[in-house]
Amino acid sequence: MNDIIIKNITRIIIPFAQAYGIFIIINGHISPGGGFAGGAIVGTSLILYTLVFGREKGKKKFSHKTSEIAESGGIMWFVTVGLIGLFIAGRFLTNLDAGFPEGVIGDILSGGMIPLLMIGIGIKVASTMISLFNLIIDEGI
Amino acid sequence: MRKILSNSLFIILFIILVYGIFQMPTGANINAPAYNDIVNHYLNSGVSETNASNIIAAILADYRGFDTLGETIVLFTSVVAVGSVLRSTKYDKEVRDHE
Amino acid sequence: MLILEKIIDNINYIGAVALFVIGLRIVVTHSNLIKRIMGINIMGTGVFLFFVAIGNVTGGIPPIINNNQINPVYINPIPSVLILTGIVVVVSITVYSLSLVIRIYENYNTIDQTELSKLMSEEDNEH
Repeated sequence: MNDIIIKNITRIIIPFAQAYGIFIIINGHISPGGGFAGGAIVGTSLILYTLVFGREKGKKKFSHKTSEIAESGGIMWFVTVGLIGLFIAGRFLTNLDAGFPEGVIGDILSGGMIPLLMIGIGIKVASTMISLFNLIIDEGI
Repeated sequence: MRKILSNSLFIILFIILVYGIFQMPTGANINAPAYNDIVNHYLNSGVSETNASNIIAAILADYRGFDTLGETIVLFTSVVAVGSVLRSTKYDKEVRDHE
Repeated sequence: MLILEKIIDNINYIGAVALFVIGLRIVVTHSNLIKRIMGINIMGTGVFLFFVAIGNVTGGIPPIINNNQINPVYINPIPSVLILTGIVVVVSITVYSLSLVIRIYENYNTIDQTELSKLMSEEDNEH
């Protein structure tokens, strides 16, 4: 797209959208939101970038290699956090019994493993949205 | 004629479903059947058991964390399936060049 | 007047059923494959609205617990959590069926169900 208004407005909007998405992800356990909503916002900002600046520039920001790493890394992170609980407390995905830091209720650093899992879910959802979009526009008609 | 018939059929289906809803034990209050013991347990002792003030996040990542793991696997599987359907193979490229 | 009260009490459920029937009508009567996928999405939205409406409590607040409220009434958190799973499944189904439609268009040059079945039966007769 070669419209100067759209290009400039996109350039202004994208950092705010991504900061808002990350805010929603890391505040998921004390306020409405969480990994799914925040990840969808971050993924949508990357889709907007690809739509406005074209696939070539979008490939530089988020290549196939990055999407592969983020896709499998999200699940591996989730399973790793679960395995910590399995080794320490004897059950898969144990939260406070496995010795995750408790923190003060209402702070960002609270809830044991819940923020860690939310970050994993956010990475997974964001990379899934952008890589599905890339697959369809790359390999489509 | 055919359109009128099909539309009236869907209106009849809608009326039947609404009639079924009127028989449901609804009522948006805490005495509804869906608001059972397990909900009260989550609401009363969820914060002390997980230390997260958002009960939905606590259920999503702690009580039902295995469910969420399956959910991420569904997302991963969808990406793999779409890739395997859409990615053009060597054979496809040869056929396209041949044409 | 009794039936009017019942409609007002159950307005969420009636909206969910209306969405479901609209989606079913699109799936059954249209022959364009992309419109059918949209119909499946609308049906899914109806089911989600039905589930979330089960968890509603009049005058309730979201289940985010802090000690400032006096005698709070929280909504039912379990349907909301289950629907998060459902949304992911519907997104996956939509993308997979869209990719199949792309492949069908490459092979047959049409996305219309009736033309597609005609072409497929012709192909069967040739072999």
